[in-house]
Amino acid sequence: MSSFDDPFDADRALNRGGCACGRHISQAEHERDAQIQCVAVESEEKRYEGVVASAVMRAMFPKDVARRAFLKGIGASTALAAISQFFPLKTATEAFAQGTGALEKKDLKVGFIPITCATPIIMAHPMGFYAKQGLNVEVVKTAGWAVIRDKTLNKEYDAAHMLAPMPIAITMGLGSQPIPFTVPAIENINGQGITLAIKHKDKRDPKDWKGMKFAIPFDYSIHNYLLRYYLAEHGLDPDTDVQLRAVPPPEMVANLRADNIDGFLAPDNICQRAIYDGVGFLHILSKEIWDGHPCCSFAASREFIATAPNSFAALTRAIVDATAYASKEENRKQIAAAIAPANYLNAPETVLEQVLTGTYADGLGNIKKDPKRVDFDPFPWQSFAVWMLTQMKRWGQVKGEVDYKGIAEQVYLATDMTKVMKEMGLTPPASTYKSFAVMGKTFDPAKPEEYIASFKIKKAA
Amino acid sequence: MTSLSLRAALVSCLMFAVFVLAWHLATRGTGAVQQMDPEYAKLMGITATQGKSAMPGPLEIGAKLWEHLNRPFYDNGPNDKGLGIQLGYSIARVLTGYLLAVLVALPIGFLIGMSPLMSRALDPYIQILKPISPLAWMPLALYTIKDSSLSAIFVIFICSLWPMLINTAFGVAAVRREWLNVARTLEVGPIRRAFTIILPAAAPTILTGMRISIGIAWLVIVAAEMLVGGTGIGYFVWNEWNNLSITNVIVAIVTIGVVGMVLDQILARVTKLVTFPE
Repeated sequence: MSSFDDPFDADRALNRGGCACGRHISQAEHERDAQIQCVAVESEEKRYEGVVASAVMRAMFPKDVARRAFLKGIGASTALAAISQFFPLKTATEAFAQGTGALEKKDLKVGFIPITCATPIIMAHPMGFYAKQGLNVEVVKTAGWAVIRDKTLNKEYDAAHMLAPMPIAITMGLGSQPIPFTVPAIENINGQGITLAIKHKDKRDPKDWKGMKFAIPFDYSIHNYLLRYYLAEHGLDPDTDVQLRAVPPPEMVANLRADNIDGFLAPDNICQRAIYDGVGFLHILSKEIWDGHPCCSFAASREFIATAPNSFAALTRAIVDATAYASKEENRKQIAAAIAPANYLNAPETVLEQVLTGTYADGLGNIKKDPKRVDFDPFPWQSFAVWMLTQMKRWGQVKGEVDYKGIAEQVYLATDMTKVMKEMGLTPPASTYKSFAVMGKTFDPAKPEEYIASFKIKKAA
Repeated sequence: MTSLSLRAALVSCLMFAVFVLAWHLATRGTGAVQQMDPEYAKLMGITATQGKSAMPGPLEIGAKLWEHLNRPFYDNGPNDKGLGIQLGYSIARVLTGYLLAVLVALPIGFLIGMSPLMSRALDPYIQILKPISPLAWMPLALYTIKDSSLSAIFVIFICSLWPMLINTAFGVAAVRREWLNVARTLEVGPIRRAFTIILPAAAPTILTGMRISIGIAWLVIVAAEMLVGGTGIGYFVWNEWNNLSITNVIVAIVTIGVVGMVLDQILARVTKLVTFPE
């Protein structure tokens, strides 16, 4: 987690840059405010105080001549002290320091699905990361992926927790009207698993899985692509040899107990919940397929960014802040306790603790330890998007020519994330593409078509 | 008469007692208990460690119900509210959708009932729209109305419309010829005829339709809220299902039943008021 060296450095800059002095979001605003003063000061607290004081002074003495006369008469420091007596400058300064530009919208609604992938979005509420950015965010639990998509498209939610491929699918108009969507931040990496019903505990070789029924959370999910990839690597065609069903995560455990499905590749806490209730065991963690894979994303529409850029920036900062906090192992227990109540995940705390700390029961009587079972890193690598696009094409969800780079760069806002991370005093990666390996096979984001062609089992014509 | 209702009540209680006893015995938990490392057992749930049945027993349900009844109006944020608040949301939605349906169904029903032409012309539409499941409307409503709570109300509206419409039309059409003829001889105007003769004559049939409709509306709300989420008793069921808390789900089922019965009884009373002996 190199990108999170010190997320709680009080001195980190809050502003987004954009003008010459860095205090305004645009050069135009800079010029409008230029008459106040725009000099570099050592700390931002001081700087805000200066701005606020000038504003107060200007309000008190609309005529410049009068102000100068007043200042000349009694001296600047005396004047400041005098004003402070009847105008609480300190309070005004604090209010101002919440964000750089004025927030267009303070009351925001963010939808989430109750799984541990949503940890940063959820915990930012009880642990005050939204409030720190001056936002009043309501986190709303939602029944399923299609509903969260529709509610976000309806603008009932300003932003939402979505599966990483969903914003790509929405932008491309797959399963909905094409509406430009973006992923300013990834929420979690890893943190999924293949869980099988207890009765299959001797069938650990995927070659024996022919004819089984598996649940995945959604068609446009990393789960779908990972499970298909895993099965195909073991010689099973996921379209003909097994049955894949989209089932909302909360219903998976009930279905597994009822013997409707043989297993699932699902988000945690669902995997661990199946173990906790004694109906399933963990076959493998998703990180054994692709270590560091993205799972869920924090998504917002282009329109929201255009209409409320400052609120969007503040929201993104809150998410990055929360993600940074969640990435630290020592914080995980506290987070588990914060998100367990009925208002958030509504799950037993031990289950969440096992997921987040990575010390867990595997369902077969062993205690396993893997601190990276789930991890949090907000950087939306554009190569992630390219990989998902290759899988969409591989399994026939998209057909024909695909503008891999174009779509990836339009949806995955890696450049903006780089900026936000810099402003927050974090070190973003130098590039927005990276190569990685899935089950030992290296993926080169520059050659997506060759990558698809290299697979024996695929649907793409 | 009294002795009959007394005996009926006695049999009811007896059946309940037998049912609860059977339930208690069935869920006492006799599943196989495996030997487990205590460290490991700490990470597992009681269904796995103690072989406890996944189905809660009547005692647990009772305790949970008592807990909810003791604090029905707590509010722990947007996703966790007391049972009373959730019921309030659901009832408000049902009543809004239902009243809208009444406003639409009664006039149109009157029209259809009075005009044989309109009755035949509209019949195919009513027959097609009537059997559509509420949940089938939901995606369409969400997509076009673009607001989940309005969609829920719309679904209530559309589903509770038909029984009222059909019953009103039938009731109006079935007003006895003699009464209308008497009105005609006395040269009663059409509006007065509608309100003083047809309405009272058709009232029992109309109210029966309204009674069927409120039952349907209450059935629909739970399903609609499970789908759109947010608030309401349907959301409560879904949220607890999420946590695989069957205890809470059963508590909710009992509550839904009781509220449905109360709504039905209210309309039954009103129906009694307008019924007349012939």
